[in-house]
Amino acid sequence: MDIALIIESIQTLLGGVVLTLELTILSLLIGFVLSVPLAFMRASRSPWLSWPVLAYTYVFRGTPLLVQLFLIYYGLGQLAFVRESFLWLLFRDPFYCALLAFSLNSAAYTIEVFRGGIQSVPPGLVEAAQAIGLSPTKISLRIVFPLAFRTVLPSYANEVVGMIKASSLASTVTLLEITGLARKLVSETFAPYEVFIAAGAIYLGLTFLASRLFNLIELHLSGAPPDKARRPWLLKLRQAL
Amino acid sequence: MQKLMLALALPFALAATMGLAPAFAQEPMKVTIATEGSSPPWNSTDSTGKLIGFDVDLGYELCRRMGATCTFVAQDWDGIIPALTVGKYDAIMGGMSITEKRKKTIDFSMPYAVGFNQIVMRKGLGLPPTDAKAKLNLTQMAASKQATIDTLRTALSGRTLGVLRSSNSEVVVNELFGKVATIRSYDTNENMTMDVAAGRVDGTLADFFVLKTFLESKDGDVAEFYGPMLNGGPWGPGAGIGIRKTDPQLKAAFDKAIASANEDGAIKALTEKWFGMDMSPPK
Repeated sequence: MDIALIIESIQTLLGGVVLTLELTILSLLIGFVLSVPLAFMRASRSPWLSWPVLAYTYVFRGTPLLVQLFLIYYGLGQLAFVRESFLWLLFRDPFYCALLAFSLNSAAYTIEVFRGGIQSVPPGLVEAAQAIGLSPTKISLRIVFPLAFRTVLPSYANEVVGMIKASSLASTVTLLEITGLARKLVSETFAPYEVFIAAGAIYLGLTFLASRLFNLIELHLSGAPPDKARRPWLLKLRQAL
Repeated sequence: MQKLMLALALPFALAATMGLAPAFAQEPMKVTIATEGSSPPWNSTDSTGKLIGFDVDLGYELCRRMGATCTFVAQDWDGIIPALTVGKYDAIMGGMSITEKRKKTIDFSMPYAVGFNQIVMRKGLGLPPTDAKAKLNLTQMAASKQATIDTLRTALSGRTLGVLRSSNSEVVVNELFGKVATIRSYDTNENMTMDVAAGRVDGTLADFFVLKTFLESKDGDVAEFYGPMLNGGPWGPGAGIGIRKTDPQLKAAFDKAIASANEDGAIKALTEKWFGMDMSPPK
């Protein structure tokens, strides 16, 4: 094993971190925005609201992300009417194909995570809110969702970490994010061992940062008093918030 | 007990002293040859699962000249060199270019055929016309060749080119056009030509016959050959038979057979049968 080559590879691969983060963060944001209303629909007692969303999450959670990405990238590119429409401006670019696949996939998982949280909110709280005359929208956004979010935060953190790792699939549609750059480097150096160790180390760093961030959010939302001696900065952060 | 052992050992000892070696030499040499099996017309698999193609025909012809008994087996491209080095078979005949990189791991016979590569560009890009029938060898760069390359470089600047990852074409494209064009690397030739057809990339550089098959397919009419047929340079002197470095006798036998088949026109005839043109190596 060539330690110098690993260090050199890490330097080259850091150039792909921006694209990896762009893909991950945008996909998670779009997935989040889509999933909040859809999670309420999914948790609804009405089958007319619940079943279409169930069909969506069933399909997107039941098929591999790589297959979804290939269907969007290579599949849509085969259809003449897509190529001739304005949509081609987006689908021509591998970045938007990957972003669409990742967002739809992430939304599907996030919907099911949030649905679990919404259904775990005690009905008594909702009844109390109704009794004081809050509108259904207000109840959803101010009572149910915050409680649900806090309950499912650890599961949502899993989804975030999963998305960071899944973004490596973008390399299969010619994008040069961390994994794409690694594969390029391997074909130049014939040293897959060192290069992929370097790539793995960078992903490990990113997922470590993400899980630390969610630990802090969890701690903050739980309302536990921070340990002043060990984490004076957390106290300051909380006061600032 | 000791007597029994002696009795058992005796025939072996006798055989060894009485010259088993010439007896072995008269028995035909057995050679197992691997090929990839999905790169027509070099090599492919017919509907019954039998390996066919130029590599297979020439392989049997060379073995006939060597007085050897040969068997062909199929092996995926990415593992074809490692499996040779660990001894799963004795030789590779898969249209494999003799390159300096590969020569670090295995030995090659002399070239048995010289293929070439070409650029394909989508039609309607408004590119200046070129002579797609011309030939250009990248090994020795003369001034006139450099002028052709410079013209190509100007024509392709700002374009997007697809290449097969880890291929020699990728090396050439990066070297010649890496500074002026956007380069995208693909896992397979099929995915790459699909994106040429879809218009995600403007063109590509790859093996001439791979691209010819694409241009003749139903999606292929959107593109055409562009610029001269290329070989030499990173592609090396041609396709050779891959042999373990520890097997110099086999290399010598193949070299002798290739030289004789090239001399009497057998290679020329087989390339014309499979490729429709003479691709025999220089004599």
